[in-house]
Amino acid sequence: MAEPMKIRAQMQGDTADVKVLMNHIMETGLRKDAKTGQMIPAHFIQHVDVTVGGRTVLEAQWGYAVAKNPFLGFKVKGAKAGEKIVVNWVDNKGDKRTDEATIA
Amino acid sequence: MKQTRRVFLKGTGAAGTVALAIAAGLLKPGQVLAAEWNKAAFEAKTTADALKDISASGAAKSADILIKTPDIAENGAVVPVEVTSKIPGTTDIAILAEQNANPLIAEFTLASGAEGFVSTRIKMAKTSNVTVVVKAGGKVYTASKEVKVTIGGCGG
Repeated sequence: MAEPMKIRAQMQGDTADVKVLMNHIMETGLRKDAKTGQMIPAHFIQHVDVTVGGRTVLEAQWGYAVAKNPFLGFKVKGAKAGEKIVVNWVDNKGDKRTDEATIA
Repeated sequence: MKQTRRVFLKGTGAAGTVALAIAAGLLKPGQVLAAEWNKAAFEAKTTADALKDISASGAAKSADILIKTPDIAENGAVVPVEVTSKIPGTTDIAILAEQNANPLIAEFTLASGAEGFVSTRIKMAKTSNVTVVVKAGGKVYTASKEVKVTIGGCGG
């Protein structure tokens, strides 16, 4: 089961600076298992979406080459302190995870 | 008589395994979701093909896209990339590493006040250009920056 994300969102002027750290193995499918010599099947996040106060601010599609335990940083203008920020991801095996935080 | 029975049992046993395998295949989750993922673009082998698949061919070079990466990445498995687009009305930011087996790494769609800024970490197979493509107001812009990758090196 997927582990929780770390989300930090802070206001800087009228812009919210958001940083998300996800826990995911992000396997490319190009690596071999050192012990068995078998290819390790791909396992990676494909979709990410973020809403702030119910408005979708960011949608992303990811490929094979986003680094392990992905970091995502972005800025949202017009967000307000106290608004709720919700981050969703879905991987290629159908695992998903939703976490939320409040803008400080 | 006994032998026929054995053959019959073997036969049903095998058929049962196949049926189980099919059922397991059908029950695999995530296949519906995978359909909406832009498979063609992410599996494209060249930058040109990937750009075609995200309908971003013929991008104009722009000095308003800033790419912040280390000039030399010691470890290709984790290369921080920060993209700032100063182009007004930026709606899409895509990140590609030209020498990767599948160049397209990520595509971000921004809305509702999200600024032209994305920061993430990518994997790179070897020294290559990191190309960023930005869509703004129906037009496509691009910028590139070379990142040297020294896997297993002593940190150059």
